[in-house]
Amino acid sequence: MAEELVGLLVIFVLAIFVGFEVIAKVPPTLHTPLMSGSNAISGITIIGALVVAGRGDARFATLLGLIAVIFAMINVVGGFMVTDRMLQMFKRTPREERR
Amino acid sequence: MEALAKLSYLLAAVLFIFGLKRLSSPATARAGNLLAALGMLIAIVATLAFEGILTWRMILLGMIIGSAVGATFARFVEMTAMPQMVALLNGFGGGASALVAGAELLRAAQLGMLRPLNVAVTIPLSVLIGSVTFSGSLVAFGKLQEIVTGRAVTYPLQKMVNGALLAAILAASVWLVVDPHHPVPFLMLVAGALLLGVLSVIPIGGADMPVVISLLNSYSGIAAAMTGFVISNEGLIISGALVGASGLILTNIMCRAMNRSLANVLFGAFGAGAPAGELGPAGAVGDRAVRQVTVEDAAMLLGYARQVVVVPGYGLAVAQAQHEVRELAHLIEQRGGEVKYAIHPVAGRMPGHMNVLLAEADVPYDKLLDMDQINPEFPRTDVSLVIGANDVVNPAARNTPESPLYGMPILDVDKSQNVIVLKRSMRPGFAGVENELFYDAKTSMLFGDAKESVKKLIQEVGAL
Repeated sequence: MAEELVGLLVIFVLAIFVGFEVIAKVPPTLHTPLMSGSNAISGITIIGALVVAGRGDARFATLLGLIAVIFAMINVVGGFMVTDRMLQMFKRTPREERR
Repeated sequence: MEALAKLSYLLAAVLFIFGLKRLSSPATARAGNLLAALGMLIAIVATLAFEGILTWRMILLGMIIGSAVGATFARFVEMTAMPQMVALLNGFGGGASALVAGAELLRAAQLGMLRPLNVAVTIPLSVLIGSVTFSGSLVAFGKLQEIVTGRAVTYPLQKMVNGALLAAILAASVWLVVDPHHPVPFLMLVAGALLLGVLSVIPIGGADMPVVISLLNSYSGIAAAMTGFVISNEGLIISGALVGASGLILTNIMCRAMNRSLANVLFGAFGAGAPAGELGPAGAVGDRAVRQVTVEDAAMLLGYARQVVVVPGYGLAVAQAQHEVRELAHLIEQRGGEVKYAIHPVAGRMPGHMNVLLAEADVPYDKLLDMDQINPEFPRTDVSLVIGANDVVNPAARNTPESPLYGMPILDVDKSQNVIVLKRSMRPGFAGVENELFYDAKTSMLFGDAKESVKKLIQEVGAL
């Protein structure tokens, strides 16, 4: 058990470094879409919600899992959709206007 | 089957990373977001296919409800309300993570499959961070939506109360380890964490919200990662860590842009004593007077300028004047002038908020310049048009060591040839500090609602 946790911790720490590297390159112009988009990614907890709600072997746990499914789906769908809505508004100066 | 599920989660995580990488340019960002969404779809389908789901009907119903609510929010939210929206979504993410950890505890207890390290470390942490994110985000949402007062709420013995609460949460966690089958310690843990979330956001003032939202964003990621530890799922851990890192970077950028430490933002109760009453246009402190300008004269300056830099602040968003500003810029450009926009990192109520508002008003993103890009340009700028911004253009941040703003990076508006400030009144900005810029000989003030003032400027510039 302890060994397994340490293994997971290794993954966690390395992933944080990857996150720092990737996200430091996002320009300030896109910080709001970055937040809503990364927010949608944190909705990955939907996997856990589906697993606990899906087993159906303990009634109260299943109920909590179901609420978690709803919450996480709001987060995922709302997050990706609103990010897309924002990003489609970002446009360059049209070519003929540029010098 | 489990191997297939894990491989799919890995694929999803890889797609998230590629998606985030594409956010490094507005040209590729939309494709990046779609890539990340594809990753999520793969993860969900893999879970449904490989994880032995039994309660199909219920789960699909839950997914449909959640998707419908999320899609409705995303479709109808106003761009000015984006900070509230992100706060709310953060809250749901954190809440979901806490619920999963709680459900896992219940299930393991009922089936006699409790694992000691899980009960002692990962479940309490996951429930704690998830619940704090949930309730903290709801308070932040309330403040931004102005359901709760935007002021910093302080009360006596604040730190003692928070300390006692932390001690109670710790005690509940220890009790949980001793007797994991008892419902009281778990409920105590949840209640304590929810209260902690409320109490830690309520003393933070409205204009510090960019920091709070960034931090809660980070928490929601860490909560997902902690849940990954609870259910031993690498996909959750990697994705959660990415989001946690993202939120931390933004938190750091926001704090630096305000020249304040995170501790100062969280515990400093900045903005608790902000003046309530408005000072009239003539309410300048002491015997110094500001120079007012007529719309005609301001239009004249703008109409014949070679380079105009617009400096938007939160006042522009409040007045919903972004479309009018774009129209004015268009007129100036038609007359041969160049218009650029100077965006301070904390302009707006969340990182990058002003850029989204201007993009919505069809301002091309290559004209939105951040502080480091635009500051060298001010000396060759004919007119800087400051709209609803205050503290971020206060030269006291450079010149006056006694000022509370001293050291904060600002836009060097005072170095341009002329400055026109559109402002409602002489009321000081969020920091409650008098702005030297308004008394500068190069500065003229145009008082009134930003939207109305810009509309008048459009008319006058158009008539030149």
